[in-house]
Amino acid sequence: MRKILMVLMLATALVSAGGCASKKPKPGASQSTEVGANNGADSAGAGSDAANAGNVGADDDVAGPQGGLLAKRVIYFDFDSSDIKGDGNDVVAAHAKYLASHTSTRVRLEGNTDDRGSREYNIGLGERRAQAVRRALMLQGATEGQISTVSYGAERPAAVGNDEGAWAKNRRVEIVYLGPGGQAAPVQPQPQR
Amino acid sequence: MRLNKAVSVYLATALLAAGAVGPAWAQLKVEVTNGVSDPVPVAIVPFAKPNAGDGGLDVASVIEHDLQGSGRFRTLPRTNMPATPTQPNAVVMGDWKNAGEDYIVVGRVVPLDGGNLAVDFDLLNVLTGQRVAGQRFTGTPSALRNAAHRVSDVVYEKILGIRGAFATRIAYVSVDGQPPAQKFQLIVADADGENQRLVLESRYPLMSPSWSPDGQWLAYVSFENKRSAVYVQFVRTGERRQVSARAGINGAPSWSPDGKKLALTLGGSSGNPDIYILELQTQNLSRLTDDPSIDTEPTWSPDGKYIYFTSDRAGGPQIYRIGVNPGDRPKRITFTGNYNARPRVSADGNLLAVVTQDSGNYRVAVQDLNSGTFRVLSKGHLDESPSFAPNGSTIMFSEREGSRASLATVSVDGLIGLRLKSEQGGVREPAWGPFAQ
Repeated sequence: MRKILMVLMLATALVSAGGCASKKPKPGASQSTEVGANNGADSAGAGSDAANAGNVGADDDVAGPQGGLLAKRVIYFDFDSSDIKGDGNDVVAAHAKYLASHTSTRVRLEGNTDDRGSREYNIGLGERRAQAVRRALMLQGATEGQISTVSYGAERPAAVGNDEGAWAKNRRVEIVYLGPGGQAAPVQPQPQR
Repeated sequence: MRLNKAVSVYLATALLAAGAVGPAWAQLKVEVTNGVSDPVPVAIVPFAKPNAGDGGLDVASVIEHDLQGSGRFRTLPRTNMPATPTQPNAVVMGDWKNAGEDYIVVGRVVPLDGGNLAVDFDLLNVLTGQRVAGQRFTGTPSALRNAAHRVSDVVYEKILGIRGAFATRIAYVSVDGQPPAQKFQLIVADADGENQRLVLESRYPLMSPSWSPDGQWLAYVSFENKRSAVYVQFVRTGERRQVSARAGINGAPSWSPDGKKLALTLGGSSGNPDIYILELQTQNLSRLTDDPSIDTEPTWSPDGKYIYFTSDRAGGPQIYRIGVNPGDRPKRITFTGNYNARPRVSADGNLLAVVTQDSGNYRVAVQDLNSGTFRVLSKGHLDESPSFAPNGSTIMFSEREGSRASLATVSVDGLIGLRLKSEQGGVREPAWGPFAQ
């Protein structure tokens, strides 16, 4: 089959000085045109909170207990598995013991997967791992109210690369200790249209 | 105070979108990776232009890129053009026949009162001398690119008999950097990757954009509060609201064909993901599946009667279908291979696109829902997130090679491949919007 190789520089006009004048979106500029209805001033923003973007919930995560196994916060998993293996059991046991004796302390378990396959399915797999650690902590004395879980699936990799070395580092649950404020409050929904 | 700190996301402002963030964005280039053996030869002659007010956009070049990029046309380089007519009566058919062309497009950009512009064009059959089509599109100068895509749509449909999907939009997620310095951007662009506009930016994951059927809203997942939540956002103004921030997973929103509901995945505090339907107006929630396995990635059949979803209830992930009326039982749809996930259904309801495991690679495949025929379409190692063009001719997906990620398309017959390449940063999860209304 004949290969047509064509490389088109797109998006250059958007950032070139010459292209700016006509492309600067104006609020409401897309109204009342026949061809612009789908494509006008789409990003006329409704407020910017850029100043706060850098310190999101920074007060919620704390260093937590240090020393020995308690300094270890990551549990690793085999491919397509949510079984806690070897060293992971010792790490979980140490944190369970700590939580059992510090009943007002809370943790968030962040489940992660490697980045192969489908993203939302990986969210499910990451949650399954976080739940496995949650159950193990509770079996060893932590209480339900001390533990929250989140799955980031493949979205927050610890290592980059398309090889088993990177994948193995990414199949993990991270234990994050929370300050007295606990989990960040949800953002208030915007008024409904 | 506390609320402010919790807000990790800011909405794009008009100025940001206008170019201030341009260089930091993933720049997309189009590359045809394979094409049909007999593309239709067509000449797109440079359009006559007014002196000012059009931003310098080369309308003919946009049309040329659309048609050439579809793989079904071969456009004539300008240096080989025998002349540059802009009116149909100025076209000497014999010259273009000698140049090997079947069709020629000539046109004009015309200034109108009030600062608007009109794009006039004529599509001529060089062999018969007949005028095949001609039309005028009007709009503001900023809508000129869209008008060019609409010309491409007409040319495509008149010559191939298939409705064109050039004047449509895509949404996708762009990711830069590593945690904790990750930057996620939700971006809307023209279907050719041009005209990128920032919708949302966050340090925490943004996922799973889904268009409303009218193309005005996006639903998506944001982890801005260190937990998942589903939002819907009006694209033009940036106005948004949170529609689900329940315990555990809030994921995989999919807009119903009537625009009134979202199918989504909820995990609950026990962490068992199942499929639910959320009525947007009333906030009524109904549960569709109840199984200890992972049920996720719901998507609607075009008639709104069924939900296709991923489930690993039989071991590995496979696609199932369930009726939206309570009490229906899931029926398994895919049986080829050990891994089929992330279903999407074509607008005519005949094809199912999935991510499949194919000899150690993850690739895009389609299953004919009538015959059951299953066919792998993409050729990469880590392909994902297939999304049908509204005309059903093409599937867009994301692919990764090394640390680079790109958006790519493949025709549903597997013959035509096209890459919208990322120059920097990762691009993923393309969602192809509907036809403009």
